[in-house]
Amino acid sequence: MEAAMDLMRRMPPGSAETALNALLSLLPDHSLDLLSQVCMDKENLKEYILCEYNRDADSYRSPWSNKYDPPLEDGTVPSEEMRNLEIEANEVFSVYRDQYYEGGISSVYIWEDEDNGGFIACFLIKKDGQGTRGYMQIGSWDAIHVIQVGPEEEGAAHYCLNSTVMLSLTTDNKQSGTFNLSGSIRRQMSMTLAVADGHLVNMGKMIEEMEGKLRNSLDQVYFGKTREMVCTLRPPPEVLNMRLPDS
Amino acid sequence: MCTRTIVNRPESAPPRLPVCSHVPSVWPSAITVSPRPLPRPTLSAHSTSPSPLPPFPHPPPPAAPGPGMSDEGGAGEPLSDRQKREIAVWFLSNAPAGEIHYVAKDVRALLGDDAVYEAAAAEAFPEYNKAHLVSLELPDRSGDIIITTFGELDKNNYLDPRTAQVATVDHIKQTCTKLRPAADEELPSAYIEEFRSALDVELSKYVAEAYPKGVCAVYCTSGKDIEGPGADFGFAVVISAAKRSPQNFCNGSWRSIWTMEFNYELQFVDIKGKIQVDAHYFEEGNVQLDTNIDRKDSTIMQSPDDSAVSIASIIRHHESEYLSSLEESYLNLSDATFKDLRRKLPVTRTLFPWHNTLAFSLTRDLAKELALGK
Repeated sequence: MEAAMDLMRRMPPGSAETALNALLSLLPDHSLDLLSQVCMDKENLKEYILCEYNRDADSYRSPWSNKYDPPLEDGTVPSEEMRNLEIEANEVFSVYRDQYYEGGISSVYIWEDEDNGGFIACFLIKKDGQGTRGYMQIGSWDAIHVIQVGPEEEGAAHYCLNSTVMLSLTTDNKQSGTFNLSGSIRRQMSMTLAVADGHLVNMGKMIEEMEGKLRNSLDQVYFGKTREMVCTLRPPPEVLNMRLPDS
Repeated sequence: MCTRTIVNRPESAPPRLPVCSHVPSVWPSAITVSPRPLPRPTLSAHSTSPSPLPPFPHPPPPAAPGPGMSDEGGAGEPLSDRQKREIAVWFLSNAPAGEIHYVAKDVRALLGDDAVYEAAAAEAFPEYNKAHLVSLELPDRSGDIIITTFGELDKNNYLDPRTAQVATVDHIKQTCTKLRPAADEELPSAYIEEFRSALDVELSKYVAEAYPKGVCAVYCTSGKDIEGPGADFGFAVVISAAKRSPQNFCNGSWRSIWTMEFNYELQFVDIKGKIQVDAHYFEEGNVQLDTNIDRKDSTIMQSPDDSAVSIASIIRHHESEYLSSLEESYLNLSDATFKDLRRKLPVTRTLFPWHNTLAFSLTRDLAKELALGK
């Protein structure tokens, strides 16, 4: 398992899907989490994301209609309470997604956590497409937020959030050639919060904070490090000129 | 209208995935340890990813779903050695600059089969070394030799045109094991060598100045036996600069290959180049830069020394220009490119009003009704 994790840290993030499939064929007892597929809910004409969290056998449950496609008569569905939360979460999260991503698809799946009496919620965002600001030619952003919510005790609950973002940006033009930056990072955040305002508010705020942090570290730290590397390989003229007096 | 088509749903239903059994706390990066073998979705079969897929055993051959076949993913079926080797080769070939040994260690552990690993390594390392223009120190410490197809005499022997020596290379260990003087027939004629070495001198000056860790070489690619003026010949210039900093979770490489055709008739030199820059940063994450560009230029054919000066200055010009364009791409990245994917703040420029979502969804309902009413 350690070797598999190390490999995923080294393979080009743009080929993560291929790499995972290859790993899975070597390690058949593992499952994968990649948001590579999107499906249309025929009743609601809304798209949703397919992943391990809404899969039962070969079917996937739509968060909009709560139905499996292909139809599955005895497919696992959340309890009524969880389903109500799921409906609300999907509704609100899609507004959130629209405000930050100006497009894309989001899905929220919620189910009981039988082990600890709480529940687990999985918030997914998938954005693909071409840029509108004229630079990006192809880009994709997949965010997976899984929150484990403990049982309510004295008006508060423990939230444990695991987030992964995978992204790829490509610009392509004659002058600068093909420029691709791709990456994946994962972070964890735990909080104990009062439930007075409802679980959705707490989970939403945590996700918003986390997404902000992830975006910021990708932008400032990770991309910055690759840029530093380029300048180490071939220092820009300013740097060379600065060195001259010494030599 | 589902973009996923489920192929071959088997009659004997595969073991169900109880959705609730997924415990996110054991969710390392993108892989989950599941309590039991799952019917695996064969994603690669429906992949929309533009990256070239290697010849994986997915999807399983649709042939004859016999009674014993339990699920479509073939999870229970052991891979053949050939399939394992192909997967191993894919991983090795996709190792970032300077990281093939780490990948090799992982692959070896995952395969658990040294024979398959050795076969994969024997196949992947030479290709990787050539593609990455890996440079190795010569055993007599007289310099470095670049592993490239231009200098390849056979699988393990490479010509170093500067010192006119042939090095025997151990691809997997990435070392030179032996060194011998090159035979006359392996070297260009005196006439060609005059052009080649003049360019090598100019180029070395430039590379030493521009790349703190750069190496370069000039190879004759055609017409090496021409004795004097009157015929066409070709050179290839290879520049390779690598930086390894595994303790800082950082590796990178700059590789450029310039080919030039000297046309005697037209007294003209056609120049084509390809520059590739990679960088990998992997402290608590995995971010990779992967860029390349093709360039074209030309100059008039002059004396060996004058040709060398003008070719080296053309290469210098294009490579500096490319560096500036990379800088520019980085500048655009934060402001524009990244914003296309996800904004820093919502369109409203304030954090999302989670507290008012009730009002929010009411407004939405209202808006929906209004829209419907239209």
